[in-house]
Amino acid sequence: MRLKSKHVLGLREMEAEEINLVLDTADSMKEIIGREIKKVPTLRGRTLVTLFYEPSTRTRTSFELAGKYMSADTVNIATTTSAVVKGETLKDTARTLEMMGTDVLVMRHPISGSCHLLARTVSCSVINAGDGMHEHPSQGLLDLYTIRQKKGKIAGLRVAIVGDILHSRVARSNLWGLTKLGAEVVVTGPSTLLPPAAQELGVRATSRVEEALEGADVVNVLRLQLERQKGGLFPSIREYSRMFGVNRERLALAKPDVLLMHPGPMNRGVELSSEVADSVYSSINEQVTNGVAVRMALLYLLLGGGEAA
Amino acid sequence: MGVKEKARIMDAEAIRRALSRIAHEIIERNRGIKDLLVVGIRRRGVPLAQRLCDRIAEIEGARPAMGILDITLYRDDLTTRSEQPVVHRTEIPVDVKGKKVVLVDDVLYTGRTIRAALDALMDLGRPELIQLAVLVDRGHRELPIRADFVGKNVPTSRKEMVELRLNEVDGTEDMVLIVEKD
Repeated sequence: MRLKSKHVLGLREMEAEEINLVLDTADSMKEIIGREIKKVPTLRGRTLVTLFYEPSTRTRTSFELAGKYMSADTVNIATTTSAVVKGETLKDTARTLEMMGTDVLVMRHPISGSCHLLARTVSCSVINAGDGMHEHPSQGLLDLYTIRQKKGKIAGLRVAIVGDILHSRVARSNLWGLTKLGAEVVVTGPSTLLPPAAQELGVRATSRVEEALEGADVVNVLRLQLERQKGGLFPSIREYSRMFGVNRERLALAKPDVLLMHPGPMNRGVELSSEVADSVYSSINEQVTNGVAVRMALLYLLLGGGEAA
Repeated sequence: MGVKEKARIMDAEAIRRALSRIAHEIIERNRGIKDLLVVGIRRRGVPLAQRLCDRIAEIEGARPAMGILDITLYRDDLTTRSEQPVVHRTEIPVDVKGKKVVLVDDVLYTGRTIRAALDALMDLGRPELIQLAVLVDRGHRELPIRADFVGKNVPTSRKEMVELRLNEVDGTEDMVLIVEKD
């Protein structure tokens, strides 16, 4: 059993069976992260390059660590210190990296669809680490993994996603993954930040956060992406926090054993109160560790084997 | 491609007796079960390791520690196989440092699985020693590896395959078969 594509561009393209394969493989990888010597020889001689056109701490670091734990050689390119600032195009940068022997290119880029363009340009594997407002599949997978780990299942769970759904690639990857695995999803946020046709994505949308949180098994709070809020889609951060911020009172509407998630980095006191972020319901730190395991699984499934028959 | 059963070389009784003898040999060689860690190699090494631990417990009145090793990430044929093996979890509940480890597998053939298992085990720490127990040794080694405890030595040709069927895994009666590809 292997993934059908040599690229990981989005959860929309993946089948439920493939998603489950990633989650099962991640489960095996997690044991390695807990070892004193975190190293297996599986990807010796393989090269992983991260190419980030946007800032990142956890995604870039966790891809790099995932590669290193599996003995791949890893190179990180921050575009601000690369030939990109001299005007090199994305395609030319990618081809240059490919010619140096890259086996997998992990890219984050502000434009939706850029990873698909890259996948058509190069012959190595491409992993989307976030493209504009489109998808962030490894985050979606680690969220699914965390839910499955904590709840023992995904099918039949009620999941509320809170925040700026419109601009969020994390939300989109979560939606595709959760609905494919049989969860019931409701999204909530200011009506200006909800996707216009949520029903077509198979989810319910409401601008009343209380309604969304009521009876939820999982509450996934998105980061308010301040860098994408130049259009005045809501009056002020303070008002957003008052209307949509997840705090103790609102979280109390959910199931007593609710799982609280956040992809990070958090704007404490904006989308999430510090009190609940650090509460027993929160899996925010666990999500980070799981992120490394899920990315190890993706690297193994893409690179750890012969050529697809 | 079909397979043809050529011979049944061990039945359930023979397997039980072989494991019982190996259990005695393990206890004798290690002078008891102090610091003993029995590690089954996925997949059929695991139920065999469990049975050995059960038998050792009957003889000694105490059960040795047991672990499970998955060697997928250590295989030397990952890049040459077209089928990608599924990675399973390694579960060793104790620190291997200073332990007398008995690796358990069903069939010893080229020795490459054991090479991978040794590497996998060493990455977890530094055991005092490692011994190898197999139900069947069929020869044709490609590496300088030998077993310390053998259920049965079976001369085979490379065209043949030796297959262990176990109740826990296959749901059938326990047996060891020699099969040949058509």
